[in-house]
Amino acid sequence: MDAGGLMQTSAKISANNVNVYYGETQAIKQVSVDIEPNSVTAFIGPSGCGKSTFLRCLNRMNDTIDICRIEGEILMDGKDIYHRDVDPVQLRARVGMVFQKPNPFPKSIFDNVAYGPRIHGLAANKAELDSIVEQSLRRAALWEEAKDRLDEPGTGLSGGQQQRLCIARAIATAPEVLLMDEPCSALDPIATAQIEELIDELRQTYAVVIVTHSMQQAARVSQKTAFFHLGLLLEYDETTTIFTNPSHEKTQHYITGRFG
Amino acid sequence: MTPHIRKAFDEDLQNISARIAEMGGLAEEQLNSAIEAMSTRDSDLASEVIAADQRMDEMEASLERMTIEVIALRTPVATDLREVVAALKVASALERIGDLSKNVAKRTQVLNQERPPRVMSSITRMGKQAQILMSEALDAYTARDKALAVSVWKRDVEIDEMHNSIFRELITYMMEDPRTIGLCSQLLFVVKNFERIGDHTTFIAEMTYFVATGEPLTDDRPKSTEIEDLPDAEAAT
Repeated sequence: MDAGGLMQTSAKISANNVNVYYGETQAIKQVSVDIEPNSVTAFIGPSGCGKSTFLRCLNRMNDTIDICRIEGEILMDGKDIYHRDVDPVQLRARVGMVFQKPNPFPKSIFDNVAYGPRIHGLAANKAELDSIVEQSLRRAALWEEAKDRLDEPGTGLSGGQQQRLCIARAIATAPEVLLMDEPCSALDPIATAQIEELIDELRQTYAVVIVTHSMQQAARVSQKTAFFHLGLLLEYDETTTIFTNPSHEKTQHYITGRFG
Repeated sequence: MTPHIRKAFDEDLQNISARIAEMGGLAEEQLNSAIEAMSTRDSDLASEVIAADQRMDEMEASLERMTIEVIALRTPVATDLREVVAALKVASALERIGDLSKNVAKRTQVLNQERPPRVMSSITRMGKQAQILMSEALDAYTARDKALAVSVWKRDVEIDEMHNSIFRELITYMMEDPRTIGLCSQLLFVVKNFERIGDHTTFIAEMTYFVATGEPLTDDRPKSTEIEDLPDAEAAT
């Protein structure tokens, strides 16, 4: 652990001078940000600003893209997640992810949630696995709706339920950080409200990072907001400050709908 | 400021600004007429002021409706939100200024039944001072001029000092000759009204500063404390 890591004990994830390139194109420029535990951090910004790219760096989802190259360091609990000793699969169990479109596996509801604990060997027996599945579904606020149909395919659920199933699946491996890439963009307002309520609950346990195109969603669910523009992190502050008195003119223009 | 991508939003905000300007104009007119009615002992003009107050109330109600609609339909944030919230609060300050002017007009009608006292010219001067500050506060608000807002904000102390001095004078008259108590009590309310108008003006200056900077305008405003030395100072409220 380096001195920088020791000093930033309050941050769950600490990114320092991160640059990301897709081939010759630089998508992220010198981004430094501290993600706090037990808090929701929202990434906002226009399309192509790099917010999703940066989010995907946090659990090394970009590793799967051949032409993608990352510079700088990203520390989780003070340890570099890009260190060669770190197994990306193990990392992704600690840093879960929920995507824009609900993507349950073509398996039963039970197996969707049990998938992670099974491959990571988190349950010693069937009873423990049952318990993990129930706990995860309860935390994802899906248990009451799903408990009598655990053997039915996950794909048979409604959109909002599928997204909560994906959240249950993500939290079944007991992650420490949850990344969400526009988790509500395919959902109706009621399902969105349920997911937002859930995000607020989840923050008691995890650090949550959410990418959203809905400024109001960022305002509603997050404590900290980061505004990205053309690969740069232009402003990072308390959500209240960003939405009442942002310091950067571009942030002001973006959140008030003046971007031209 | 850069226009919104949605033009209708800009139109809504412009409508709100126009309404505030219109309401500010009427409030100024009401105060001017109230002072004139008082200084020229014109009961007819006083009646006009009393009748016109209804319009101030209607304008405030309509502005309140407009701002609530913008909040509900456009969810303004940052500068836009400050703009809308300030408009709502300034409208209510203007409505109060209208009420106080109307009250001055009502008391003028009572005062006109009696002989004009000597102190009248100081009271008129105080009213005019309040009126000058109010015009400047409205100019500052319209232009989002924070320097002018701060200047208005600081000068409210002049009105407070005039209030204290006239207050003392009226107390002296009443002590000298109890037969003047009826008349002087009416005048106490008139000067208190002007003093309150000064406070609402200060508030408009504060809102201007808030809209322009996002920060509250607080602290170290010069305050006149002399009045606290007088007995029952608050009883005049």
